[in-house]
Amino acid sequence: MQPTLENFVRALRGHDVPVSLRESIEAAELVTRIGYGDRDLLKNALAVTLAKSAEEKAAFDDCFELFFTRQAPAAPPPVDADENDADSDAEGAGGDLLDLVRQGDAQALAAAMEQTAGEIGAADIQFSTQRGFLARRLLDRMGLRDLERQIAAQRAGADSSGGGAEALEAARRFLLDEARQLIDRQFQLYAAQNAEKIREEFLEIARLGAVDRRDFHRMHRIVRRMAKRLAQRHSHRRRRYKRGQLDVRRTLRKSLPHDGVPFDIVWKTRKLDRPKVVVICDVSRSVAAVARFLLLFLYSLHDVIPDIDSYAFSDRLVDIGDILDEEGVETAIEQVLNRIGFRPTDYGQALEDFEEQFIANVDRRTTVLIMGDGRSNDTDPKSEILQRVATRSKRMIWLNPEPEAFWGLGDSEMPRYRPHCHLARTCNTVKHLERVVDDLLRSYNG
Amino acid sequence: MQHIESEKLASVEAITSALAAIDYIASPQIATAVYVAQALGKPVLVEGPAGVGKTELARSLAAMLERPLIRLQCYEGLDESKALYEWKYGKQLLYTQVLKEKLGDILDGAEGLDGAMARLNDFGDLFYSERFLEPRPLMTALREPGGAVLLIDEIDKANEEFEAFLLEVLSDFQVSVPEIGTIKADVAPLVFLTSNNTRDMGDALKRRCLHLHIPLPDQRLEEDIVAARVPDVSDRLRRQLVGFVQGLRETDLKKLPSVSETIDWARTLLLLHADQLEPQMVRDTLNVLLKFESDIEAARPQVSELARKAQRLSETGIRAANA
Repeated sequence: MQPTLENFVRALRGHDVPVSLRESIEAAELVTRIGYGDRDLLKNALAVTLAKSAEEKAAFDDCFELFFTRQAPAAPPPVDADENDADSDAEGAGGDLLDLVRQGDAQALAAAMEQTAGEIGAADIQFSTQRGFLARRLLDRMGLRDLERQIAAQRAGADSSGGGAEALEAARRFLLDEARQLIDRQFQLYAAQNAEKIREEFLEIARLGAVDRRDFHRMHRIVRRMAKRLAQRHSHRRRRYKRGQLDVRRTLRKSLPHDGVPFDIVWKTRKLDRPKVVVICDVSRSVAAVARFLLLFLYSLHDVIPDIDSYAFSDRLVDIGDILDEEGVETAIEQVLNRIGFRPTDYGQALEDFEEQFIANVDRRTTVLIMGDGRSNDTDPKSEILQRVATRSKRMIWLNPEPEAFWGLGDSEMPRYRPHCHLARTCNTVKHLERVVDDLLRSYNG
Repeated sequence: MQHIESEKLASVEAITSALAAIDYIASPQIATAVYVAQALGKPVLVEGPAGVGKTELARSLAAMLERPLIRLQCYEGLDESKALYEWKYGKQLLYTQVLKEKLGDILDGAEGLDGAMARLNDFGDLFYSERFLEPRPLMTALREPGGAVLLIDEIDKANEEFEAFLLEVLSDFQVSVPEIGTIKADVAPLVFLTSNNTRDMGDALKRRCLHLHIPLPDQRLEEDIVAARVPDVSDRLRRQLVGFVQGLRETDLKKLPSVSETIDWARTLLLLHADQLEPQMVRDTLNVLLKFESDIEAARPQVSELARKAQRLSETGIRAANA
């Protein structure tokens, strides 16, 4: 495969376009047919072959522009050829670099730079800190040292004709600048996404309370990706075969073409319940640090689970399903927090509200998911209501951002609530969340 | 025919002009996708909003190549026997009944059960031969001698098992019938799968297909499409009505009007002998463009302004602005 295309595919993979081996082979085949001459044709053809969804197309476009677009190369500043000729002859090789600069051929210079960049493996760049080093290395290889030596020689030797040294110095600065730009582009193409990935991996296991607000967008992306993954894993398998129970009607029907001989035997199947989830989310002051992320998670759940009801409370409980369904993620979260967020907690009141108004939404197929720390400001926790809700539901799951050691300390009512939950767990990273929801959905499919 | 075909598919320009000759205006992306599809022999997964010409693309290609178009409409519960092949049970049954009489002759003089079985064995395979095979769209497409254009419409409606089953057909253009063997296409069909994105397609299928996204067209392309499909509309009206639809697409609607709606509307206006957009007439015919009552209600107050804008655009020469 051509190295150009190979690098392009690598850049694509770095930008979250999972190009398979077969696809890259096909792309190579295609390029041998259509060539690199017609830019639009190349772009369209590669897009069709390599990018397979709207997001991938967008990433592809960025990548393609970055990879195949070159600004018209700038011409190097003029270096007086006559004056330097003698010197360069004297030194044997004034370096190819000097020749290139002297000729003033921008195209040739740019091409030589690209080629050298390939030779020193600039495409393997990993970190932004490597940029300066690589730029220098690129120029060294092209013969910058010779150039510098000449500058020094001219400065020392002929003070009178110092103009030559000045021109050379300008050329040197120009070269450094060009090289840095070239390496920058390589970094954007191959490595910028790496840093992002490392950051995201870190965020996945970071405690929600410790996540900075400016990482919110990243978090959103991570949570969305997780939600999508969960949806994909659980969107099928809605039917389970009950081995051993004959479906008489369908077997008879199937036997008709065989003269009534039941060749094809049909077993009864049971349609599995679709997950039905009621989420109650604490957004009060005590969970202020994580409320935003809990809501973010809730928001993504709305995209994944078709049958979901969401409520949030500090002291009074409100239905927030509509807000989450209709608004964009940021406005939705802001709205919820402005309406009911950050007030003193009252679990008892919230549970009372829930039982009064929404208990009808809980039936034996429903999983009730409560996200909160169970700190109720020493008000009456009314755990008997929780018990009643738990009896009605299929499962009651409590996700608590606090570690288990803190449950029951201070005003935490966890020990009173816990006996009524089928599952109570610490949950303060994205990874935890994923595991819990995965379990939850699996209980419907299993 | 092969010769003509290869000429028409030789380059992106050739495809564009050949499609234009039968009134399908293809954007460069579409033409490129067709070119790549035939060059690599891969199926194309076409996505985009309803009514932008996904199905029409396959139909036009079939017409252009003079190949038969074989269409498989997907729905929930579609399975192999409806997509690939089925045995003609009735015919098999009938033949069995008729041949029962002959059974005596065949078994005449057979020694014991083993002997009778051996003789029956010689005839057994007859009932599972091509004669009793009822080909369904996929198999028909594979067996078409000159190659076919196979359109698998709305693949997102079928369930995932069917998607998995398609993998074999689409990657090797062959199917195996256990009783007969493998049937392979002599000339690989051009395959198009369309999807309205009601659910995400599996990664395996996506990776095996080329992916073409057809967006709603811009003013210029849409004018060309209307000109090709409804040639009797005057230039001025065409420019105005397309401008109006483009404006409408920028408003907040449940279902944006698509190209097919634009074409229908152009035809309607033609029937009404319009030569330019009148707000009243637009209001009366809005139901051609918009398919939800709430959308019509939402758009009604904006009609005069959008129409005025479209008129202004047509006067200043939209083509120049867009170029």
